[in-house]
Amino acid sequence: MNLLTQPVGLAHYLVVGAILFVAGVVCMATKRNGIGVLMGIELVLNGANLNFVAFGSPSLRADSQYAIGLDGHMAALFVIVLAAAEAAVALAIVLSFYRDHATVDVDEADELEG
Amino acid sequence: MMLDAINWHSCFFLLFAAIACSFAVAVVVSSNVVRMAFYLIVSLASVAALFFLAGAEFVGAMQLMIYVGGTLVLLAFGVMLTARGPLVSIPTGGGQWILATIVGGSLLVVLVQTALSVGDWRGPTTPQAAAEQPANAPPLGLAMLGVRADQLDESNPRRREGMSGYLLPFEIVSVHLLVVLVGAAYLARAKR
Repeated sequence: MNLLTQPVGLAHYLVVGAILFVAGVVCMATKRNGIGVLMGIELVLNGANLNFVAFGSPSLRADSQYAIGLDGHMAALFVIVLAAAEAAVALAIVLSFYRDHATVDVDEADELEG
Repeated sequence: MMLDAINWHSCFFLLFAAIACSFAVAVVVSSNVVRMAFYLIVSLASVAALFFLAGAEFVGAMQLMIYVGGTLVLLAFGVMLTARGPLVSIPTGGGQWILATIVGGSLLVVLVQTALSVGDWRGPTTPQAAAEQPANAPPLGLAMLGVRADQLDESNPRRREGMSGYLLPFEIVSVHLLVVLVGAAYLARAKR
């Protein structure tokens, strides 16, 4: 179907959200910089947020009576606030680790290894 | 006319979706942490534009203000305080890239197949539905205070019980934010 003339649907938003989510997962798995891992988490949260907002919008789907409406927006708002809190704590941990070890490489954090 | 046939909502959706996805992939591919921070800012700002296009203008504004204006500035400060000499780009081993690509690719295939498998999700039946959405900032503010102004005509009494608004989660998340900020300041303080 031609996307330039047809209205977009929920599935298109879900595909964009899936790409952001997978980019975040790969970023978390491959980055060795602690702040790079944090950026992966932000990408994952944004992919999930995009899905929440898309499921809340009744104009994107044919069965619009099943849209979750404001609940999706509310979940997205809570995710945004919790992401801010998580970033603050994780950055404090990374800075503290940097002061003690003079590096942000997460592979160096192996003191608790059995 | 060709121009009359173009659905501008879909056009802008395609534009911002392409920006968001390509810069998200650029975050993954780049190994320089300063560039990763910049790519992430562009990607999250286009996600805010996608929120606007989905009719969630309040969430989009919050995404721009809290995420792009607050959280990413915090991340940029973290990059500035720690990106020194060899720490700017730490390379990843080839084996980890291969494993992550396999896992990420299979996850992407599963998610996209699931998203495309439901016919009702492919698009609305009436193309004009997007234009007539009400503003959602006032009902969102009322829902935070415990009143669901958008569900007043719900007739099923069992469903009404679950629609008591979001006052308790709002309070919990407020106290959580306060505790987290105090804890972050305590964790990051300079040791004597």
